[in-house]
Amino acid sequence: MKAIAWARANLFNGVWNTILTLVAGYLIARGAWMAIDWGLIHAAWSAPDGRACRAITNDEGACWAFIEQWYRFILFGRFPPGEQWRALIVVILFIGMVVVSCDRRLWRSAWPITAIWVVGLIVSFILMHGGVLGLPVVTTDLWNGLPLTLFLSVIALAGAFPLAILLALGRRSDYPIIRALSVGYIELVRGVPIISILFMASVMLPLFLPAGVNIDNLIRALVGLMLFYAAALAEVIRGGLQAIPTGQYEAADVLGLSFGQKTRLVVLPQALSITIPPLVNTFIAAFKDTTLVTIVGLFDLLTTASNSITDPQWRGFYVEAYVFVAAIYFVFCFSMSRYSRSLERSTER
Amino acid sequence: MIKATTLAVALVMVAFAGPALAGPTLDKVKKNGVVTCGVTTGLAGFSIPDRQGKYTGIDVDTCRAVAAAVLGDPDKTKYVPATTQQRFTMLQSGEIDILTRNTTWTLTREGDLGFLFAPPNYYDGQGFMVAKKAGVKSAKELDGATVCVQSGTTTESNLTDYFRANKMTFKPLVIERLDEVENAFYSGRCDSFTADRSGLAASRAGKAPNPDDYVILPEIASKEPLAAVVRQGDDEWFEVVRWTMFAMIDAEEKGVTSQNVDEMKKSDDPEIQRMLGVKPGMGKSLHLGEDWAYTIIKRVGNYGEIFDRNVGKDSALKLDRGLNALWTQGGLMYGMPIR
Amino acid sequence: MTAKLRILLPQLLVLAIVVGLGAYLIHNTLDNLARQGVATGFAYLDREAAFEIGEKLIPYTSADSYGRALLVGLANTLEVGVLGCILATILGLIVGVARMSRNWLIRHIAALYIQAIRNVPLLLQLFVWWDLFRVSAPPPRQAWQIMPGFFLSNRGLTIPLPSFEGGFHWDIPHLAGFNFAGGHIVTPEFAALLIGLVIYTAAFIAEIVRAGIEGVSKGQTEAALALGLKPRQALFLIVLPQARRIILPPLITDYQALIKNSSLAVAIGFPELMAITNTTLNNTGQAIEAISLMMIIYLGLSLITSALLNWYNARLALKGMAR
Repeated sequence: MKAIAWARANLFNGVWNTILTLVAGYLIARGAWMAIDWGLIHAAWSAPDGRACRAITNDEGACWAFIEQWYRFILFGRFPPGEQWRALIVVILFIGMVVVSCDRRLWRSAWPITAIWVVGLIVSFILMHGGVLGLPVVTTDLWNGLPLTLFLSVIALAGAFPLAILLALGRRSDYPIIRALSVGYIELVRGVPIISILFMASVMLPLFLPAGVNIDNLIRALVGLMLFYAAALAEVIRGGLQAIPTGQYEAADVLGLSFGQKTRLVVLPQALSITIPPLVNTFIAAFKDTTLVTIVGLFDLLTTASNSITDPQWRGFYVEAYVFVAAIYFVFCFSMSRYSRSLERSTER
Repeated sequence: MIKATTLAVALVMVAFAGPALAGPTLDKVKKNGVVTCGVTTGLAGFSIPDRQGKYTGIDVDTCRAVAAAVLGDPDKTKYVPATTQQRFTMLQSGEIDILTRNTTWTLTREGDLGFLFAPPNYYDGQGFMVAKKAGVKSAKELDGATVCVQSGTTTESNLTDYFRANKMTFKPLVIERLDEVENAFYSGRCDSFTADRSGLAASRAGKAPNPDDYVILPEIASKEPLAAVVRQGDDEWFEVVRWTMFAMIDAEEKGVTSQNVDEMKKSDDPEIQRMLGVKPGMGKSLHLGEDWAYTIIKRVGNYGEIFDRNVGKDSALKLDRGLNALWTQGGLMYGMPIR
Repeated sequence: MTAKLRILLPQLLVLAIVVGLGAYLIHNTLDNLARQGVATGFAYLDREAAFEIGEKLIPYTSADSYGRALLVGLANTLEVGVLGCILATILGLIVGVARMSRNWLIRHIAALYIQAIRNVPLLLQLFVWWDLFRVSAPPPRQAWQIMPGFFLSNRGLTIPLPSFEGGFHWDIPHLAGFNFAGGHIVTPEFAALLIGLVIYTAAFIAEIVRAGIEGVSKGQTEAALALGLKPRQALFLIVLPQARRIILPPLITDYQALIKNSSLAVAIGFPELMAITNTTLNNTGQAIEAISLMMIIYLGLSLITSALLNWYNARLALKGMAR
């Protein structure tokens, strides 16, 4: 009875809504059935090679055997298989650090989170790179797949955030020179595709440095991403600053707060909570944009996946590979956006 | 605005990175104990990481052979994946020691970009593939066709030249990644697919829904000699790379393989004796150990073995030797005499 | 005097740091270039391009210059960018409002759409759309004729165009050899790029619209309803106009992102600015000139977008709200 009343109120209130509900319901059901038919009913779960797998599915279903054979390469790329546990621990560590940082109880002071990240990053670096404690050295060109994607997106964003706050404040500063510099930087960087920034970082950064100084391809990409996201984040934060009523600034001034106190205690907390949805958009974008590092020759998750489908034995299983990778991206991005929603709700009050 | 102008000026001035760190690459390699090679991010048969993440391919074996000659161990190599756009700057900046990335030997690349090419490790040529049911027998019949082509290669401009020379029109579909070019062609989006003929054959064997439905047309639109590349101005290093190639070809000509190389040391043939360091002198001339060629053949193989394993009869690509047969068998592979 | 100094000093300090850093980098660059004996120039723009372009809004042949080829690419980028921004805004607004619909199913479909699209890389989505358009349509000889002159095949959708050569007549597409000739053809690449960008960007705009609507205090809606407005009227007359102020700054970012993301077309073969630049730098080897020229053009496009919307935003910003 309750269900019927609910359906009435939420699905069938009025002719227009009823039609809408029925049409949408039909389409959803049909799509779901097609997906199940392809992904489960007609799918092949194990086969020695591509041809055998196609014979089993008759091209009507998914060939998950491909993933079974290739998931290691897609996830970790060229990382030495014998040392793979190290990359796996780093992935778990990164996820763990992100999850722990989401706990609002830790936010009362800046110290616990900073400590967790500093220690976590040092441990991750030692694990990935090796060279101490009897771990063989694994050079950065072998840091592929999921660890690379996580590493690039997390470090790039963490590095970009302080700069972004400075730029956002600078853009609204009363000092004309500082304002001009901030605006110039933000508009310059945001105005060009991220691909071209990556290319610049990869090809031109070595020229900007003194002769003989050679920096790693991975670091170059990281610098490019950081510079790009500082500008993007700055604009998002500015959107929040703009929405704070002037009265708040005035009240803070009346209370005799200094600029630093005003910013830290009054302005930023409000601005950041207002901008959480667009902020998370940017965070998720950064995670997905790591797919573009393929143009500077780094093997991120999408690159390792595209690479796996060029194997002559297993050629052309792009749907399976892309579904697999899309699922990984989705899980990460979706949980981030869920988290932001919950945060948003709790700050709304 | 001033900032933007300054940046623009700076960017403009950065054109053409010339040969950097041109110096004794050989010493550097010996000191570091590793040969760093630029390779593709994945091209079957030439350089592609396998399921264990290990690079294999004919270009990879070229790199391994250099490491064997210089360091006595083909595994003392590091592979840096380079995109088509990146490959030349990486070599210029000294990030890699050799570029073994199926790169076509052209005049401007030596003249303008400051490189030198080793002897080709694969003689290729650009061709056209069509579906059999289109009934096309010659590339001259492709007037008005839509042609799929991968970007970032000389293939695209060769295509335009070919159609212009034959007074035909066409619509190019230029795509960044090879898999997507192939998907487009096999799904019928294009009438023809143009690439190096080795690539066409590899694609037809590995990717076509039914290989017998497709034909590679007889015309060759361009010559594509693929070779390892080094920086100009470092002759010692260039010689090492060049003679590594020659040693592999000569070894095949003399019938020296990775299997029989130890017995061959007892051979009476003076050329084999010089090659394998039984009669010393050759290694010293190259500033290498006397067993340089022996190690290449023992640990990597002769040219024929490398070809068969990566692109030839023992590989998934199953390419014919064709132009890449020894000169004694009607091909172009001709190793200069080791003496 | 001291007050003035207090204002000026920190600014000069920051300026000095930035200028110093810039000078240092430029010095290094010049040093490196001199050491490497680098030459440069934009002379290549006048040289014959010698490559063909598949889709062009302005006349071009392979005998034209690289500069002209770049213009063809720019025109294609603009075509996708302008159409994309308009369509994405419309779709984003619809989804954003549907996200707040009172119909449970519609509300959740909108949420599903937003989550699924936003959480998967765009590059992947472009491939999916492209495969869909290309694989599901028949070859040209078995093209579906929707209306006279409108043919749908895996080469795209043909559209008759009016022509004024030798008196007015319709330029009707017809099968000639391998392909259709005459009229205009909407290729699968263009369609995939446009639809991919619109659907992707709309998911972002929808969230911004939602945040905007939620950002307007509930009291506003309640007051409007109390005044006797219908919910729809309250939305369009009261809430959305106020939400615009919150929506606009991130919306600028999304428009710019759409234009810049059109550079991913290089992966599916639509010849826009990035793709043409790519071919140019491969043919000429002048990577830095080609890339910097492309960056300046994209920057120009972004600045124009930003200037237009900032001007609009400044008109919207209330005196008591923004500084």
